[in-house]
Amino acid sequence: MEKMSRVTTALGSSSITGRTMFCHLDAPANAISVCRDAAQVVVAGRNIFKIYALEEEQFVEKLNLRVGRKPSLNFSCADVMWHQMEENLLATAATNGAVVTWNLGKPSRNKQDQLFTEHKRTVNKVCFHPTEAYMLLSGSQDGFMKCFDLRKKESVSTFSGQSESVRDVQFSMKDYFTFAASFENGNVQLWDIRRPDRYERMFTAHTGPVFCCDWHPDDRGWLATGGRDKMVKVWDMTTNRAKEIYCVQTIASVARVKWRPEKKFHLATCSMMVDHNIYVWDIRRPFIPFATFEEHKDVTTGIVWRHQHDPHYLLSGSKDSTLYQHMFKDATRPVDKANPEGLCFGLMGDLAFAVNESLVSSDGGRKPYPGGDRRYPFFSFKKPNPTEQFAHVSSALSVFETDLDSSRMDWFVKTAQLYLLSGKPFTELCDHNATVARELKRPQVSTTWTMLRIMFSDPALGPNHSLSKLGGLPLMNSFSMKEMGPESRLERCKGESRQDNIHLEPGNSHISNNNEENEETEGSDGPTEYMFGDAELDDDDLYPLEHDNQTVAEEPVYTLPPEAFQLRHEIIDNPSVPEHLQQDKADSPHVSGNEAEVACLTPIESFSLISISQPLYSPHLHANFFCPIVREMLSHYAERGDVQMAVSVLIVLGEKIRKEIDDLTQEHWYMSYIDLLQRFELWNVSNEVIKLSTCSAITCLNQTSTTLHINCSNCKRPMSNKGWICDRCRQCASACAVCHHVVKGLFVWCQGCSHGGHLEHIMNWLKNNSHCPAGCGHLCEYT
Amino acid sequence: MEMQHQESLGRWDGLGSRDASSRAEAMEFICQEVMRKVEAIEPIKAATPAPGSSSNSDLNDILVHLLMLSRRCPFEDVRGRCTQLLRDIQDLGIRIPRPLGSGPSRFIPEKEILQVSKVDASTQAIFEDAFAALRRLDNISLVMSFHPQYLESFLRTQHYLLQMDGPLPLHYRHYICIMAAARHQCSYLVNLHVNDFLQVGGNTKWLNGLNEAPQKLQQLGEINKILAHRPWLLTKEHIERLLKAEEHSWSLAELIHAVVLLTHYHSLSSFTFGCGIMPEINCDGGHTFRPPSVSQYCVCDIANGNGHANHHNDLLGNQEMCGEVEELMERMKQLQECRDDEEASQEEMATRFEREKTESMLVVTSEDEECVPSRDISRHFEDTSYGYQDFSRRGEQVPTFRAQDYSWEDHGFSLVNRLYPDVGQMLDEKFQMAYNLTYNTMATHKDVDTSMLRRAIWNYIHCMFGIRYDDYDYGEINQLLDRSFKIYIKTMVCSPEKTTKRMYESFWRQFQHSEKVHVNLLLMEARMQAELLYALRAITRYMT
Repeated sequence: MEKMSRVTTALGSSSITGRTMFCHLDAPANAISVCRDAAQVVVAGRNIFKIYALEEEQFVEKLNLRVGRKPSLNFSCADVMWHQMEENLLATAATNGAVVTWNLGKPSRNKQDQLFTEHKRTVNKVCFHPTEAYMLLSGSQDGFMKCFDLRKKESVSTFSGQSESVRDVQFSMKDYFTFAASFENGNVQLWDIRRPDRYERMFTAHTGPVFCCDWHPDDRGWLATGGRDKMVKVWDMTTNRAKEIYCVQTIASVARVKWRPEKKFHLATCSMMVDHNIYVWDIRRPFIPFATFEEHKDVTTGIVWRHQHDPHYLLSGSKDSTLYQHMFKDATRPVDKANPEGLCFGLMGDLAFAVNESLVSSDGGRKPYPGGDRRYPFFSFKKPNPTEQFAHVSSALSVFETDLDSSRMDWFVKTAQLYLLSGKPFTELCDHNATVARELKRPQVSTTWTMLRIMFSDPALGPNHSLSKLGGLPLMNSFSMKEMGPESRLERCKGESRQDNIHLEPGNSHISNNNEENEETEGSDGPTEYMFGDAELDDDDLYPLEHDNQTVAEEPVYTLPPEAFQLRHEIIDNPSVPEHLQQDKADSPHVSGNEAEVACLTPIESFSLISISQPLYSPHLHANFFCPIVREMLSHYAERGDVQMAVSVLIVLGEKIRKEIDDLTQEHWYMSYIDLLQRFELWNVSNEVIKLSTCSAITCLNQTSTTLHINCSNCKRPMSNKGWICDRCRQCASACAVCHHVVKGLFVWCQGCSHGGHLEHIMNWLKNNSHCPAGCGHLCEYT
Repeated sequence: MEMQHQESLGRWDGLGSRDASSRAEAMEFICQEVMRKVEAIEPIKAATPAPGSSSNSDLNDILVHLLMLSRRCPFEDVRGRCTQLLRDIQDLGIRIPRPLGSGPSRFIPEKEILQVSKVDASTQAIFEDAFAALRRLDNISLVMSFHPQYLESFLRTQHYLLQMDGPLPLHYRHYICIMAAARHQCSYLVNLHVNDFLQVGGNTKWLNGLNEAPQKLQQLGEINKILAHRPWLLTKEHIERLLKAEEHSWSLAELIHAVVLLTHYHSLSSFTFGCGIMPEINCDGGHTFRPPSVSQYCVCDIANGNGHANHHNDLLGNQEMCGEVEELMERMKQLQECRDDEEASQEEMATRFEREKTESMLVVTSEDEECVPSRDISRHFEDTSYGYQDFSRRGEQVPTFRAQDYSWEDHGFSLVNRLYPDVGQMLDEKFQMAYNLTYNTMATHKDVDTSMLRRAIWNYIHCMFGIRYDDYDYGEINQLLDRSFKIYIKTMVCSPEKTTKRMYESFWRQFQHSEKVHVNLLLMEARMQAELLYALRAITRYMT
């Protein structure tokens, strides 16, 4: 039998031709089904029940089965199925609970054959036996499945799902007697058609309703299920317990699932809500659809492969009242559009880079990565079958470590911890922060703080007093604003144009290519930049700046960190600019001392010159006068990646500067800084920053997710109550292991054995002991 | 409590603790403070004995709170201490408040309702949870405690909607609750949430009316109105207007949150009126400082069946309606048996639905003498004339909504869960809990399958909203629900503020109060689901 059908269909499949096409229906479709020879399709819905012929170029309406003057609810179909053996036989499931069969061979206009009204609620699904001509199965909302013998007037057996609504029933393709049923409570049952008293097997497949199931056409044991929980799962039923072997997470509840003919690992799904596309998945690669059909404008309600041995044609009906034939070759392939490379910065400036192996290896003449770079082979699939289109899945992960040791970010952590942002008079804060910066060998930051103090503090204190601290800087007071203003602007312009230059460089198109080129870019990059800075100084012919450069040159090593950090940071800030990314990424592994130094320092230093010159020039200027300059200074720091500086100054200056900077920018800085702090696990600092910020979007950050879910330490079940007593075991849940009292307040516990107690008690205990105070024998580790 | 006893607020919180010693500690503190206040006002009181003068209104608030605690706190020790404290204060010559009326419901005698002091362990746990979360145990929870399983699910959902992570800020949530409850002039819920609103830092100005609230909330007024009275008129244009309003626009997640709140509070208003929930002891109208009157019974007591006046009536009624339950059961049995005999034609089925729908419109909700004090609530709606009545008089038709095309299980759930995670799950559980709740009893009869009756009630309510189930024979409704019951349902669902004690009493006379509350739960959930379906359908249409 099997063989026969295969032969005929093989013949049939050769005759299938067509293209992607559609036709308008008069009403939304609920389900579709094709006849065996793939020449006709039936569409059923609440107000439609028609048969269309599939011709080369178009759908042609063949027959309207909704006849009669009075519309009957028996025509309001939830599901339809065309018998796969008998060309003239169809069955529909009606929303009012009727199961109707239709005989197309009838001479009269009304083709209705039999009517079964045994179900009390909506029938969700009808299914013909794949090889038996007269056997029909139905599953209904009322919790019953019924098997009908079409030669008789009523059902031959009834299977009870214990009052859980049945969403789908499917005869097994291979086991003559077996069928699967899926339920609204998430269960799937397997039944033997001969034994209506009890199911053979039951397992919970999903949380929430299981809307659909489908047996694999070739593999005896595989059952695919789809549910409201947005999952498609493939179960191996051959073992004693149904085993989940594949799982695909989609983005919406799964309404239908259909295995793709002739492709062992492919299945098609469509959704019931929100998402209108049809996806074809390779279940071995569950994160991205293999192919997508995006034609429908409303939810797709029915999908069916046109021929049971032809994987290239998919038919679909939708709520948008269209019927489509999709050609597989016209499908969208999301993989092609997906970015084949992944890129991420580590906290310490390391860079991880994953790319499709083919792209990397195609670049045979690639030079080894310089410096401390290493490559980790990470993830690779063996191709199970070279002919499969999708099997080409392998990627390589490379990690580029920064060539300096990771302690380089220390300055950031230290600065964050040592800065004072509030709680003292403004001048003291500035002085303190300046000292902190100076001790960390960041003279330009230190100077900035001093400048700020001078600019915004009471002029009565006298600028001389403050300037005296600055050592050589008073030298520069000969510069006027006029000279310096344009210069600094000019410099920024150049900084920008430098970036632009790099954007224009070739090599962005291909990543491996780019990698190679990076080194060159790198090489040319530094000098170029240096030259900009240099040329600028020369142009302006300002001797004090040379002096400045010299002082700076003494400490290039210490000022390196800003560069590494800044690069990473800029990426966070501008994720939408890929070229920028590439450039930065290219830079990071090879940052060499001098260029970073110059890039970072030159503009800032000259900047501070402007500001310092001012108070001397006209000491009685109102503090507001400086706001534009400070604003530019802050933006400059932020752009250079030192968002820490920007935010700290913003907080310390408070009202003095806040109005000058638009809220979005402020929020952006805050977010970036808080993000950084949290990555460095500086929770206290980050919380302080949140508290001190004035942006409403930021201050509310520490109001959210303040719930901590805990389990009872005795019975290990979740504590649903507030308070100290578990409502299940009636014990105090959080007792201190040392003093055996309830801990209220700070509770510290070992993550290994989950015993713990008062912070102090545990600290004392650990001074003398290394084992758990609870006596569980665990060698506790507290972090 | 207002700002002035901010410091004592923390102590009230302490009373919700599960730890007896911390409760005692908090109680001790309150005692001291109250005593201090009492001593402070004593001299003044001698001069001006009028209660309510500004100097001791502060104290009065505390006293009222104590009174509430002495009755409603789930913790035995706190109740005891509060009672004791009040008595002490009275002994000092201070006038203390007493509760007006008795029990949480006007319709149900207090003795029928579970006493806070005598509940089983699981209910006690639920009460304690509620008390810890809200620092009160409201009358609604007490009445619902007839059905502890449901109560748990209800409180969990409500707590999540109002207090847990969600797209809307806390004061917005309470304001939306106020808006929704005000639509039905439900002063009970409005008062409750005005307090909460102020407590979470809401702006007092907003309470002067919707036009004092931010533009964003004002825009919600439109769909509040439509959802409450004619949800089928909600279109995707309404949704679009909310979502695309420049700086005042709502995000989809916020809108879902708001819609769930609105529908929850519309239907909760129904429940409140349907069960005749009394004002909270510590809210306006829940207590008085006046000494008891001579007759010893206030009006409420009598209406409540707590007096002796009504007993005679009840007896009469019972005799009269003796066979009611049996008759109903008989009919259910018949329907079950002869279902297959006469299979009604499809047109017949359609007509039955239409007839039921039209009829439901004509069921007259009595214009009753009882006018709920609409005090200062009316300010929250701009358009008082917009009610259910208007259109039913004009004979407009409710369009039919096919449940099979847009159902909660298949569509609504996914949408809600997508935009407001976990809430879909909770609502789903709550709906199922309400729909499937049964004790297999009817009045005095045991082992009755009530599924048919429950389904009839549920579908009748959906039918009033135009929602039709293809697989339901609406003829059953006529068989199972008698006229007085239909009037009650109709009133409760469409204009709950008109529900009267007479209506409550005149349906299902022989049934237990717990069963009537059960019916109320069904009504409430069915109404909520119906409103929600219309709202979600509009949102879905907008999204596609």
